[in-house]
Amino acid sequence: MKNKPLTQPHLQANTQEGKWRRIRALIVKEFLQISRDLSSFLICFVLPLLLMFIYGFGVSLDLDHIRIGLVLEDTSPDAQSFANSITNSPYFDAKIARDRRSFEEDIIRGKIRAIVVIPSYFSSFRNRPDQIAPIQIIADGSEPNTATFVQNYLTGVWSNWLQQESVSSHLQGLPRVRSQPRFWYNEELVSRNFLIPGSLAIIMTLIGTLLTALVVAREWERGTMEALMATPVTIFEILIGKLVPYFILGMTSMTMCVIIAVFFYDIPFRGSFLALTVVASIFLFSALGIGFLISTIARNQFVAAQSAMAAAFLPGFILSGFIFEIASMPFPIQLLTRFISARYFVSSLQTLFLVGNIWSLLIPNILSMLAIGIFFFFWTSKRIAKRLD
Amino acid sequence: MPAPFVEIAQLSKSFDPKKSPALSQINCLLPQGKMIGIVGPDGAGKTTLIRLMAGLLLPSQGTIQIAGLDTVRDAEALHFMIGYMPQKFGLYEDLTVIQNLILYANLRGVLGEERKQAFEKLLSFTSLGSFTDRLAGNLSGGMKQKLGLACALIQKPSLLLLDEPSVGVDPISRRELWKMVSQLLTEGISAIWSTSYLDEAEKCDEVLLLNEGNLLYQGPPQELCKTVEGRTFKISHFEENGRKMLSMVLRQPMIMDAVIQGTDIRFLTKKANSSLDISSFIHPEKIKIEKIRPRFEDAFINMLGGGPGGWSSLAETITLSPAEMGKVVVEAKGLVKRFGNFTAADNITFTIRRGEIFGLLGPNGAGKSTTFKMMCGLLKPNAGVAYINGVNLLTASAEARSHIGYMAQKFSLYGNLSVQQNLVFFSGIYDVPKKFRRERMEEMIKIFGLEPFLQESAENLPLGFKQRLALACSLMHRPEVLFLDEPTSGVDPITRREFWNHINGLVEKGVTIMVTTHFMDEAEYCDTIGLVYKSHLIALGTSQELKQRVRSKKNPDPTLEDCFIRLIEQYDEK
Repeated sequence: MKNKPLTQPHLQANTQEGKWRRIRALIVKEFLQISRDLSSFLICFVLPLLLMFIYGFGVSLDLDHIRIGLVLEDTSPDAQSFANSITNSPYFDAKIARDRRSFEEDIIRGKIRAIVVIPSYFSSFRNRPDQIAPIQIIADGSEPNTATFVQNYLTGVWSNWLQQESVSSHLQGLPRVRSQPRFWYNEELVSRNFLIPGSLAIIMTLIGTLLTALVVAREWERGTMEALMATPVTIFEILIGKLVPYFILGMTSMTMCVIIAVFFYDIPFRGSFLALTVVASIFLFSALGIGFLISTIARNQFVAAQSAMAAAFLPGFILSGFIFEIASMPFPIQLLTRFISARYFVSSLQTLFLVGNIWSLLIPNILSMLAIGIFFFFWTSKRIAKRLD
Repeated sequence: MPAPFVEIAQLSKSFDPKKSPALSQINCLLPQGKMIGIVGPDGAGKTTLIRLMAGLLLPSQGTIQIAGLDTVRDAEALHFMIGYMPQKFGLYEDLTVIQNLILYANLRGVLGEERKQAFEKLLSFTSLGSFTDRLAGNLSGGMKQKLGLACALIQKPSLLLLDEPSVGVDPISRRELWKMVSQLLTEGISAIWSTSYLDEAEKCDEVLLLNEGNLLYQGPPQELCKTVEGRTFKISHFEENGRKMLSMVLRQPMIMDAVIQGTDIRFLTKKANSSLDISSFIHPEKIKIEKIRPRFEDAFINMLGGGPGGWSSLAETITLSPAEMGKVVVEAKGLVKRFGNFTAADNITFTIRRGEIFGLLGPNGAGKSTTFKMMCGLLKPNAGVAYINGVNLLTASAEARSHIGYMAQKFSLYGNLSVQQNLVFFSGIYDVPKKFRRERMEEMIKIFGLEPFLQESAENLPLGFKQRLALACSLMHRPEVLFLDEPTSGVDPITRREFWNHINGLVEKGVTIMVTTHFMDEAEYCDTIGLVYKSHLIALGTSQELKQRVRSKKNPDPTLEDCFIRLIEQYDEK
């Protein structure tokens, strides 16, 4: 450093002022690019709408209107009354026939999920000692989940009917215990109410990780990164120049999604918007951290997209508790989910939407996401240098 | 003697310890305020050296000091004083011209009044003034290059580093760039640029000649020319066809290198005082041989141990019946292609006879590639017809295409397949009969020297070998017609000679070839030249006919480059 030339007029430019001007220039550039590039607009605003539409209407974990076949071998008033309780249930769409053979073809082709047989000796139950009416349920076991649902729902309909019968006919042996289930937080048990808040996590992952990794990789591909690096910009200015625009973009997209969720899909929102902003910012911070880490490794868009999918999108989808219950995963996988920031975000979102500001739950979640975010940024800062090799 | 501006000491750079280093033990001192050219074949280490000077790579060994600043320790200070233009120009294609300039001005701290003056000067300097609102991605290659230069010059740098700025750029833009950079030198800026155009290198104050990571020569290009003094000659007034003559000359043992130049052939002998044996030529008494002044190119070839000779082992493998030489094989009749409101090619008509080379020339964005793609059946013309071997490309495209071999402008092989896998794949899609596949592949591997790279991913090959592989793939099915779109763009002079050996050899055997190029010396090899400009075919003829059209008292012996520029000017005047 001994004989630094004094002829350079711009050496003084590396001041605080120069720093902010360069960061501002990079941010403006990024926004101009976003405004011209259809693909970032699609990822930020159209894809979220599409995802919310799919989770709002397309995907539902509730089963209703299950198609079943109802075989009435008995036509007595009792049998008719039981048949009515099935056909009136919102859970079933029943086709009625006299002979079970007529449903064989349907169940083989998957047109119906189950066959309920009311046998010819059904109405004789009043004469039986236990006064239980026999029915037969044949469920399609090739889809075990649906089969279990069908079985449970039908059993429910059946025991309800039995209870009503025993009340209306003042029969002996009234059941001594009756359950009156109440569901808290998601009173109507609508899966949309927890799917849509959860899908916000996926949307934020897409913007924070996938989009960021893609745009940095694009700069490598087009050689603009190389040109930037030969200017007085420091690598941290480049990093902040990417962080700020995509943070703003992510939060904008998030706001749009929350408005749509609350006003269009009628998802209850019981927490505060401040808490939501805090939680979302911290999650976005960790998602951007992964995005930047990927972009220090992946120098073309294909690799960047693949890595973002594997490192953020799929874990966010599968391991976050968004669709698959974490508690029912094998223990090692449960441990793994602790390192996925989407897990904490999904849980925070579902709490904020359906329950309220439960700080005792939100604060540990926030701290975990923060730790994960700091970890990724630390790792990134160790890896990057203002060099090509 | 003034203190050196750039000091390179013991510099080595190695990317992969298993391979030989990209640069080894480079030592040199470069003066200030000069134009310094870096030349050398592909993979010689030109780009690596420039990136090291820009502080973008870490040397494995040794140091570079620029004006006393170390490229590693003082990288930050260094970046305030250099302007750097990477090979791909480093422009944001979705930003407008002015937005690109503003970005770089902000990054370099050029503000207020200073910025206004800089913009004004650069925009008039690059004549981009009327395009400020156009997206950089929509500029032509030459204009992109100028904008890239303007961005590198925003804050007047002490040192300007340009990495192959003229690859894929037409002769007019190339001349303009040269003028612009020479003007900068008068303002005290030093420029270092790498180039594969040796005529540019010849005009530099000093050149660094690199080969396989070693510095072979440093000094004024004229000094290097002295090493071949008395060994360069011109042969004229011969009866033979130029290409045939060339290959005959090249096959003589004392010849190091030879090229076609207009109607003449210039050659370089291995030793002084030896010359050509003309006794076997037709009418040797008429043939004239005269000594001429050596060019930098001669010295360059000499330094690298001579050209590839005149033999094309590729041509040996081709057997076509010689009967129908001269028959029209490729025909374009009134081809028109419109993209929206823009007519990219208008009423293009020409024919190519069997065993001829047709060269399509023209500035960037003139419509060459559009014409080319219509002839290969890759674009459907809005009007007009194209015939290959008498088969209409529109109605029987599959049949017509089976006669064609096509080598695209950009590297169009599968980058993540190995060389061998690419060869297997292309022999498959070109439907080479199974029993010949192995034999053909082995042939190509031998001819193009691909043996050491067989298991290497195609994208990791040096440029010259990528082009060789692409040519090999396009020849797998022994096509009668070969379309080559800028096959030698960015390729070094020695590999270019090898390519043209093959092309000449194939034509000799009756293959018909259509080629585009930005190298005017290559255009001399063509039987017919078509000049495309502003979507029209503005001139069509042999190189002699075209030169005749621009011959004047002021310029009695125009080069093809003069011809190119003059014809375009004449068209613009109309």
